[in-house]
Amino acid sequence: MRPSLDKTVLFIAASLPALALLWLVPTDGLGVNPIREGMHYTGDWAIRLLILALAITPAAKVSGAKKLFRYRRMIGLFAFFYGLLHVFTYVVLDHFFDVETIIKDIAKRPFITIGMGVFLILLALAVTSTHQMVRRLGARRWQALHRLVYLAGVGAAVHFTLSVKKDITEPLIYGAIIAALLLARLLLRYELLPRLKIPAVRGEPVEP
Amino acid sequence: MLIRIRRAGDVRESEITPESLYLSRRLFLAGGAAAALGLSVNPARAEAALRALGPMRKSAFSTAEERTPYEAVTNYNNFYEFGLDKEDPAAKAHSLQPRPWSLRIDGEVARPQTFDVDDLIAKTPLEERIYRLRCVEAWSMVVPWVGFPLSSLLSRVEPTGKAKYVAFETLHDPMQMPGQNKEVLEWPYREGLRLDEAMHPLAILAVGLYGRVLPNQNGAPIRLVVPWKYGFKSIKSIVRIRLTERQPRTAWNVAAPDEYGFYANVNPDVDHPRWSQAKERRIGDFFRRDTLMFNGYGDEVAQLYSGMNLRRYF
Repeated sequence: MRPSLDKTVLFIAASLPALALLWLVPTDGLGVNPIREGMHYTGDWAIRLLILALAITPAAKVSGAKKLFRYRRMIGLFAFFYGLLHVFTYVVLDHFFDVETIIKDIAKRPFITIGMGVFLILLALAVTSTHQMVRRLGARRWQALHRLVYLAGVGAAVHFTLSVKKDITEPLIYGAIIAALLLARLLLRYELLPRLKIPAVRGEPVEP
Repeated sequence: MLIRIRRAGDVRESEITPESLYLSRRLFLAGGAAAALGLSVNPARAEAALRALGPMRKSAFSTAEERTPYEAVTNYNNFYEFGLDKEDPAAKAHSLQPRPWSLRIDGEVARPQTFDVDDLIAKTPLEERIYRLRCVEAWSMVVPWVGFPLSSLLSRVEPTGKAKYVAFETLHDPMQMPGQNKEVLEWPYREGLRLDEAMHPLAILAVGLYGRVLPNQNGAPIRLVVPWKYGFKSIKSIVRIRLTERQPRTAWNVAAPDEYGFYANVNPDVDHPRWSQAKERRIGDFFRRDTLMFNGYGDEVAQLYSGMNLRRYF
């Protein structure tokens, strides 16, 4: 099956921050402490893509643009990918497999405990993201598992907020967006949010 | 008679790259990189524009470790008066006017005085002190400071018997320091030392680095350097020093008392709540190295804290 144009464009767009690293690293674009900077860079992109993935469902339901669902898995996988780069930076580049220090960090420091929890959720969702896994788990169980993405979103915002030394404006903005998306989800569930009635294509009924 | 004792750590004069060669090499590299990017190079590089300081003595306190390149020392700074990112001070500190500059010393002293910093620099014998700098964020550098012992200045104002602490204040002027428009810390930035710490020969007031006057982003025109403490103790762009009877308020301690103590001695055994202090990354290195007690200055300063619980007084 040939990938469609829109998905190809999305794939390239979501890859750009990672591709930029191939330029930034050798040209000292990350400054004189590149590991620390790279940690922030990959973490920033992980949370941004996670937010984008979380926004798909409410956006599609409110607008009626069901087409958006087509992009949800890819964006979610990119969020995992940047999370993986973030954890790689921490485990390999920052601590170079210093397992003792890493385990102590995870046990002692809430922001790292939470961060690792978020990563494990994203890992589980990435592993079960295929059609085959949906079939194997059954739609209901699969959906229950994938609702954990909201927990991951909240966890990511808390992780970011707790990690900041001073001025938590930026993590609070991300946290507010995630909270708003959660709220939108709840309102949609209880039919409290208006949905734009966009005429369905080819006579398909619009999802209620 | 001055007897120079060579320490194992001393660097021979011949081993140090002449500054002119060092700078031209830097310019060459910068020029090459910029040319590759199709950018034009500003020939009046900040470092070349800064005034070279006069003769300076070498110091037995200097380390022989490889110095962190000038580019890194002057482009990776925590100086929240110019923004929270490490690159902000280098980009934004041009609004600071470090000359002329007055430094007021008063409080519990017999002879309160106001010094003109350039006058002070002209009349004070300068020393080069190559010190390790350990940031509380677990990175470190080696910086060739130029300055003089803080004790020499404090002696001139004659502390009274009541003086137990020394309080320092940075300039408070949001026009020159736009970061002060944001309430991230209580401005002006304040720091403090116990009087015996301040009188220790390792504690210096730095007025330059790499042989030239301090760049603005490194705390021009005069800053504290206390190499056995975390970097945030080494307050920049000082306008006032006050000797006090009571322990003074200090900016980071006020902002987060559970994270930043008054003493802030480098200590690998006492973690910051959010990270371990056991290791550090020297700027330019890939692997972390072990952090040393008192940043490796224990032989000189440990006796200042004998009998103290350094976990409690972190």
